[in-house]
This record gives sequence, C-alpha cells and structure tokens, in this order.
Amino acid sequence: METYTSIVLLVAATVRLATPLLLAALGAMFSERAGVIDLGIEGKMLGAAFASAAVAAVSGSAWLGLLAGIAASTALALVIGFTCITHRGNQVVAGMAITIMVSGLAPTLGLAWFDLGGQTPQLEAPGQRFLGITWPWEHVARAHPVPGLIYAEVLSGQNIIVYLAALLVPVAAWVLFRTRFGLRVRAVGENPDAVDTAGISVVWLRYRAVLVSGVLCGAAGSYLSTAASSGFIRDMTAGKGYLALAALIFGKWRPWPTFGACLLFAFSDALASRLQGVPLPVVGVVPVQFILALPYILTVLLLAGFVGKASPPRAIGVPYEKE
Amino acid sequence: MPPALELRGIDRRFGTVHANRAVNFAVARGSVHGLVGENGAGKSTLMNIAYGIHQPDAGTILVGGRPVVLTEPQAAIEAGIGMVHQHFRLVENFTVLENVILGAEGGTRLATGLAAARRTVDELAREYGLDVPLDLPVGELAVGVQQRVEILKALFRGAEILILDEPTAVLTPQETDALFRMLRRLREQGSAIILVTHKLREIMAVTDRVTVMRQGAVVANLSTSGTSPRELAEKMVGRPVLLDLAKAPAAPREPLLSVRNLEVLDARGVVRVRDLSFDVRAGEIVGIAGVSGNGQSELLEAIAGMRTPRRGTITLGKREVAASGLDARARRRLGLAHVPEDRLRSGVVGTYSAEDNRILGYQDRRPFQRAGILVRRAIRAACERTMVEHDVRPPLPQLRITMFSGGNQQKLVLAREIEADPAVLVVGQPTRGVDIGAIEFIHRRLIALRDAGKAVLVVSVELEEILALSDRILVMHAGGIVGELAPSDATEEKLGLLMAGLQPGGGE
Amino acid sequence: MLPRWASLAVLPAANLLVALLISAGIVRLIGESPWAALKLMLAGSVGTPDGIGYMLYYATNYVFTGLAVAVAYHAGLFNIGAEGQAYVGGLGVGLVALWLGNHSPWLVLPLACVAGAVFGAAWAFIPAWLQARRGSHIVITTIMFNFIASALMTYLLVNLLIKPDQQSPETREFGANAFMPPATAWLGRWGKGFATTPLNFAFILAVVASVGVWFFLWRTRWGYALRVAGENPRAAVYAGIAPDRVIIGAMLISGALAGSLGLNELLGAQHRILLDFPAGAGFVGIAVCLMGRNHPVGIFLAALLFGALAQGGSQLSFDMPKVNRDMVVVIQGLVILLCGALDQVFARPLAWILGRGRERPGN
Repeated sequence: METYTSIVLLVAATVRLATPLLLAALGAMFSERAGVIDLGIEGKMLGAAFASAAVAAVSGSAWLGLLAGIAASTALALVIGFTCITHRGNQVVAGMAITIMVSGLAPTLGLAWFDLGGQTPQLEAPGQRFLGITWPWEHVARAHPVPGLIYAEVLSGQNIIVYLAALLVPVAAWVLFRTRFGLRVRAVGENPDAVDTAGISVVWLRYRAVLVSGVLCGAAGSYLSTAASSGFIRDMTAGKGYLALAALIFGKWRPWPTFGACLLFAFSDALASRLQGVPLPVVGVVPVQFILALPYILTVLLLAGFVGKASPPRAIGVPYEKE
Repeated sequence: MPPALELRGIDRRFGTVHANRAVNFAVARGSVHGLVGENGAGKSTLMNIAYGIHQPDAGTILVGGRPVVLTEPQAAIEAGIGMVHQHFRLVENFTVLENVILGAEGGTRLATGLAAARRTVDELAREYGLDVPLDLPVGELAVGVQQRVEILKALFRGAEILILDEPTAVLTPQETDALFRMLRRLREQGSAIILVTHKLREIMAVTDRVTVMRQGAVVANLSTSGTSPRELAEKMVGRPVLLDLAKAPAAPREPLLSVRNLEVLDARGVVRVRDLSFDVRAGEIVGIAGVSGNGQSELLEAIAGMRTPRRGTITLGKREVAASGLDARARRRLGLAHVPEDRLRSGVVGTYSAEDNRILGYQDRRPFQRAGILVRRAIRAACERTMVEHDVRPPLPQLRITMFSGGNQQKLVLAREIEADPAVLVVGQPTRGVDIGAIEFIHRRLIALRDAGKAVLVVSVELEEILALSDRILVMHAGGIVGELAPSDATEEKLGLLMAGLQPGGGE
Repeated sequence: MLPRWASLAVLPAANLLVALLISAGIVRLIGESPWAALKLMLAGSVGTPDGIGYMLYYATNYVFTGLAVAVAYHAGLFNIGAEGQAYVGGLGVGLVALWLGNHSPWLVLPLACVAGAVFGAAWAFIPAWLQARRGSHIVITTIMFNFIASALMTYLLVNLLIKPDQQSPETREFGANAFMPPATAWLGRWGKGFATTPLNFAFILAVVASVGVWFFLWRTRWGYALRVAGENPRAAVYAGIAPDRVIIGAMLISGALAGSLGLNELLGAQHRILLDFPAGAGFVGIAVCLMGRNHPVGIFLAALLFGALAQGGSQLSFDMPKVNRDMVVVIQGLVILLCGALDQVFARPLAWILGRGRERPGN
C-alpha cells in the first residue's frame, strides 16, 4: 500500500514536472520544424518566469501574469526572429545570447523593482498563483485509494496550465500534420526553396513558427514561477529549457513521441528527488546526480545513433538566402 | 493573337554587371521556344525576371498582351507562369500530392484540399501522360519522375506558360526523350514552353523557335528549322568556333594510370560508376565525354581519393591506391595531380588569398613548410612565380581568390597542380566558367604537359573541348564506358549517339 | 566586403558601443545614471592597481575559454561546451594539486598543467568523436555535456572529494606548493600593488597560450589544415585533409585550453576544488571569441574588456544598490548577440559608409 501510494505520488509529480517541458518542447517543435534552431528556449522561459511573477505580484492576478510572461517570451522570440530570419544571423549564437542576456536581465530588473536580491515577492494572496483544481468527488475517491488515489492525485488537483498542456499535444499534432500551416511549416524546414517558389513568404512563415514557440515557452516559464512555485528566483529554469530541447530531439521532432520524452525526463527528475539515498534492489544506492543527468545522457546516445536515429529537419540552422 | 508571354526592353544590372541589356523576347501559345547562351549570358536573369524572382530596372512584361508587374513568384503564378528549376524545389519527405498542393492547399484543413487536389491531379496526369505515383515520398522517386512532379505542380496552378531551366542536365537520355514527348503534348494543348539550355542538340530536337543570348543581349531570334547547330554555336560564342588546336600526334608509352573494374556509389548509395576499366598512358590525353550526371563526377573523385570506391582498383604507376585506401595527399605524393570540376566548391578556399590557395593540397611540401612550420616567404615567392608564368591577372598573391575572374582562378589551380610536376594529371571540366581568352591558354598548357610525357585525363561535357584535346576519346554513359574513338573518326553525331547510350550504325 | 582593419577593429567597436548603449538604457530604466555607473566601473577596474589585478585575473579565465571557442570555430565547430570542459579540466588540475601539493612546485605545477589539459581534452573528445564518426550535432552534444559535467562534478564533490567534517561540497585546501605563484612572486616591485588580488602566474600562461594558438593556426601546416577543413570541408578532402581527424584534433586542443582555466581559478585563486567554479567563464568565452573576431589578439583584448566588466560590475554593486554584477551578464549577452549574430547589420552600413558596398548578381 505504501508502495502504491508512493508510485501514485511519483506519477503526479511527473505530470507536474513534465508540464513546462512539454509546453516548451511543443513550442520549439514549431520553430525547429520551420528550420530555426531554438536554443533560446531557456532564456525565453526564464524571461517569462520573471515577467509573470512580477506582474502577478503587482497586479494580484495570475492570469495577467501569464499574459505578461507570454508577452515577454514572445518579445524575445521576435528578437530571435529579427536576428535569424530578417538578418540571417547565426541561430545558435542568437539563442545562446538571448539566454545569457535574460539570465542577467531578470535578476537586474528584479533587484531594481522589488529590492529582494533579484527575486520577486512571494505570491501568497489568492489569485496570484495558478492553484490546483479539485475535481468533484475527490474526497470520495480518496476513501477508496485503489484506484481512487489516481483520480485524486493525478487527474484531480492539477492547475489549469497542466490541463491545457495535456490538451495541447493533440492540438499541436493536428496543426502540424492536418493543416495548411503545419504543411508549410514542415516544408519550410525541409526545403525553403520549395516554399518560396510556391509563392509563400519564407520569412513570414518562419516568423509565425518562431512566435508560436515564443507563446508556448512563455506559458512554460509562467508555469514555473506562478504555478509550480510561488515567485521568481534567480536562474529558476535551471536547464529546463535545454531539457525541453533534449526531449524534442528525443521525440524526433514529433508531437506524441516528444510528449513521451517529456514524461520520461520528468519522471527521472521526480524519481531523483525521491531516491536520494534510498537503496534500490540489485543496484544499491544510485547517485541522484546520475538520475538527473540521465536525460542528457540518453539524448547524447540518441544523437549518436545508439538508440534509434534522430534526423533533424533538413534545412535547420541554415539562414534562407533567396537566389 | 498576342504572344503568351512577351518581355520588352528588359534591362537589369547587378552592381557593375550588366546582366540583361534591353532584351526583347516573346513566346507564342502552342510552341516550344529555346533560349540558349553560354554561362553568364543572362538567360537565368531573364527567366528569373519572368518568374518574379528579380525585378527589371527597365522594361515591361506582357502576359497574353496585357502588361503585368511581377514583384514575386506568387504574382507570376497567378499570371499563369510556371517554372521548373534546374535544382528541383521539392520537399523530399513529402508525398507527391503534398508537394503538388504546397502553396495552393485550398483551405486550412489539409484533408479537404488533398482530396480535391487528387481528382485534379489525376485528370492532369491522364491528360498529359504524366505517370506519377501520388502517395510516394518524392525522395524515393527517380530524378526524371521528380521532374514530372515539378511540371505537375506548375500545371496544377494553372500554368499556361512553362519555363524549364536546363531540364535535361540531370536526366538520362531515356528520361530526356520522355520529357520531350511530354513537352510536345503540352504544346499541342496550347501551352507556351520556354526551354533554357546550352545543349544545341536539344534545341534542334524539340523547339520551334530559338533565341540566342550573349553577354546580356539577344543576338539572334531564329526559326529552328531554318538554322543549324553550327550557326547557333557561332552566335553563342560570337566568333567562328575553333574545333582544331594545332598539336603534334601523340607518342604514348607505358600506362601511368590504370582503372580496373571500378564501382563507385554516390552519397545516396546509388551506383554511379559500374565495372569501369581504362588506362591513361604517358604522353597522351584521354578525354572522357558524356552527358553530365553519368558518373563522371564520381569517377573523378574516386581517382583523386575524395571518394572510396566499392569495388575495383586504381593504379598510379606501379602502386595500387584505391583498395589500399590512400587519401588524396598520399596520391599526390605518388605523382597524381587533380583539377576538380567544381573549382569553387573543392578546388579553392573562397575566403583565402591566392597564395594560401597556392599551397592547398601541398601544404606539407617543402619549401612551403619546414618541420611543420609554414615558410611564408617561400609561399609568396612560389605564388608570384606561378602568377607570372601562367599569366594569372592581377598578379597579386595576397588578393582574395574570389576576386579573380573564373579563368584566372582556373589558371591558378591548374598551375598549382602542374608545378607539382605530376606524372598523371586529372582534370574535370577544364574550362567551365572560364572566359574565352583563357580557354585557349588552358588547352595549350594541357597539350604541353602531354608533350612533356605526362598522362592526362580530361573529363568534359563540352564535346568541342573533348574533340580538340583528346588523343583517345572514351564515352561514358550510365556509369560505364560505352565506346572508344580516335579523334580522327569521332564526329559530333557519333559521339552524340554514344552519349545517348546508342551504338552508331546499329540498334540498341 | 569590408577592409580588414574595419572588420577587425571598427565593427567590434561599433557592436560594443551598441551593446553599451542598450545596457545604458536598461540602467536608466531602473533609475540609475548610466554615466555614473560607467565611471564607477572604470574606477573599480582600471582605476586602481587592485582593480587592475582583479581585471587581469578574470581576463585570464576568459582568454583560456575564448581561445578554446576560437580553435574549434576555425575548424567549423561551435564548442558550447567550454564550461563543462573547464569544469572537468579543473578536476584534473585539482587532483594533481591535492595529491602532490606537498612536492616541489617544479613537479606539481607542470603536472597540473598537463592534467588540466588532458582532462579538458578528454571531456571534449566524446562530443568530437560523436560528431566525426556518428554525425551527432556538436552544439547539442556539448550542451548536454555541460550538464553531465555538472552532475558528475557535484557527485564527486558531494560524495568523494569533500573535506571530511564539512558541510559545503568542496575539497580541502591544496598544499602550498601547488599554488600558482602570485603576482608578487614574479612581478617583483611591480607586483606589490596586486598583493591583495588573485592575479597569478596563470596570466602569463594565458599570454603564452594566445601566442601559441596564433602560431599554430596561421604558421603551421596543421593549423592551415584545420582552417581549410573549417572553411571548406570539400576542399579539405580534395587536399587530403581528413575532416574527421581535424574535428577531433581541434576539439582536443579546444578542450585542453578550456581545461586550463583551473590553473588560474583553482591553483591561482581558490586553492581548492569547489562547486561550479567556472562560473560561466565558458559562456563568456563565446562572447570573447566572437568579439575578438576569432583571432588571439582580438580575443586577448576582448578578454581584458570582459575582465574589466566583471571586476567593474562587482564594484558597482557596492555603490549602486540597484545595480549589480548581473548587469555585466546582460552586456555579455548583448555582445554575443551583436557580434555573433547581428554583425552583418552593422557591416552593411559600414561598408556603405566606406564606399565598398557592392551588389552581386543572383544567378
């Protein structure tokens, strides 16, 4: 019974930890599918985390915070678009630059505005955060833990962004594979010449894809500071953006496998915090750092072709030069 | 009836280059119109203007007699103009149908558009005899079929004026025949077709009229039935074509380069050279003729050590180099020199100065380096000497290589390879992109090298060049050698038949 | 096309100016005077011997990582993993110092140099090998290796190397013979002003490394081969230069240079291994390399500039309560963006001003 409870709690934690990864990875999917490397995820998420926490703290509204987070992240996406699409700059450099700049800018603004050493104030008042939504009959389900606890802990009690993120997977898959926009995004990442000669603007198409990533990375960042925790702290993304990128690669730039990769990576994260010093059968105590590094190791193995083969969109990273 | 497409007084400059000078060009409905000219004559610029990719500085474009402004390809498409580029604009992991509807999806939801398109495309395919599997990924199709997809794309968008840019460069002769049948069918249905090419045989085979361009201007507009390849060639080049180069008969001795049963794959794993064998002897020039894309590039790369063959041997002097896996550097040490066919892509480093390019491939030789350290003074002296001896202008070793004209670049590359005093010189497309003045210079150097007792292998798609240089001519087709001729009994007709995979004086 | 002097000097200067202007705007936005901030930073960095000492000490780190990024860059590789390579390289440096710290400095210091280079190179080798032989994109793998390095080092420090009976995850102090000679030891009278700063002999090693990298890249045939492979891989194959060997060789050198950061940071300043000691120097290296136009002279100057920013930035927080070192990180990010990705935006107007603008035909 205790094992059962801890497994259910582990699954619930996995869902919560997977949400920001999923949002960011699905956003980056559009950018990268359109041929623009999205190394700026980390920076966009961090910027959004700060903006949403700051606005939520000042306005008292988590929703306004979310909007601000999305706006901040989208603005950064526009900078990336301006650099990489309009001016055909190096996409890797641009992504790195945005990330580094935001990692300095967020605490700088935080210090100046709130004078809390770079953090935002704690979001304590009701409405400042996205809290869990309790589903009907939740306590009834708790009374019958098998299987009611799954209902109570995993399905019920998550915040609205978690549900939206889950809904986003089929939506993203539909958009990418069943709509005109998706067809064009996939085409422009494979062969922009084909798109250009078909009379479609490569520049505008890529901008739209990059903006989609801006919006979704914004939601992911806002989630970190206004849903998963109560406020912004310095470097709070802590590599989650790169982890989302790794999940996208691991999912071979496809929505459903990416969803799976996000769950896998989130699971190893959730597991790591529960396995601290706990001996496992057969292997004994697994160092928590190893579990934390596992997603990165898996991604490297995948890129090396040792576990399947990930072939990126063919035109990724190549600025489009009209003939 | 007004012409389907008319370009009037088109003028366009790129910086100092006057690409189009007051060009007039018209193509009638229901006709195939050839546009010929050398590289850089302005054909591509003119067609890019007709397709809205470039805008003219002056001049008007009329479609069906009505003036139009084509600011982007979309406008050209709407005006009924379609273009098939030399390098296909296809998304390889999309199906044929997805490629066809890209940009003309007919609504947000794909399913509806695809279903509607399938009916239309089926009809079009039947009407024009374009046999294409709609649900296969384009990347899995043969080159000729991919080209049909490009034509389908244009027709699906309602194109009545079709521009084909060098459509046969990548096709086998059979595919070329199929293409020409298709073009005749389109002509019967009333389409206007512009065929951009530099292959005169094709012009004669399929066009009704032909326009010749030279240095940005139209120099002739003729009815195909009233002209000859020789007349067209002279108009293209601007002077009588010299087919003969004064040279002494060859005195070949022992073989220095031997290729036996060679089989080479390209990057995609397709067999491009199959079971190929030949020798090049000291004191002779062997010319390999063929339509481009018949395995010549892969053969050159295999000999030079840039591509590992799957099977067979290559012997330099006495040493086998292919099966033993020697790289380009080791082969240079054994006396092989190589002028690559794609000079800018592999023969030079575009961002480097002439002197830094002077040592490319020889960076480990004395006097350019000692104990691993480059001797700058020796490099510059060698470059200066080379430039004077081979008439490379301007003679400035520190000038960036891309600031030289194509001919001067080629002279520098050739000089670099010759000055290493090789036993065997392998040259791909010796005069591609080279100005006329330099062509003769380069040809004379190659003959001088032969007369000095070296073995020279020349691969060229220019028949005239092959005829002028070679002591023996090998014809390559579909990865094999299909014939060997002495230049004395090689005619353009004979070579042409062999290059098309046919045996002269007999059936298949 | 810009003339050489303009692309080497004017362009980076223009980029820096714009980065500083944007930063000034941010400082203004948060209610401080940019002018006063600039003066404070200058006074804090180049204004006193103390400031200069710290500036040179920071610059030493950035020279190593900047050179690391540059060598890879010339081979056509973008090494984002200098941070991780510096981290693991420091492990090598630190292990030698911990074990042999009481032996002669003539033994321990050279060995530490070798160990740092070897450990850093080893950490760079895996992504290099994967790129050369398996085609795995080196940008992504080096990012992943930064995180793996971080996990590995945390594990080692927390579980194995930690000083007994201590809370914070760091090793015991090295033996005094493993300390890099401080400025006072080799600058004599001149070094007195730097007595309170961590400036040490590693600075000289960084200068030597700069000269060495320049000589290697432009004066040896291996450097020539490396640059050809980076500029035009096909031409490299044509010239008999094996691109995969260049990839591995360049990354080994790159990793060795990054791994040398520990000589300055650990042997020169911290005298122990501690968590996250590279502190972002690997990423600053990217900015330094891009701004220095991938040339050792430029890199050295850019490293000095970033050293001054780092030192001036930490001074700033004493006098301006609303601004701190994070502002310097903003400037770093802006410089990377402007020098590395938006440089053409400046090149075109600059070329136009210089009358060199030229359009090329499109076919």
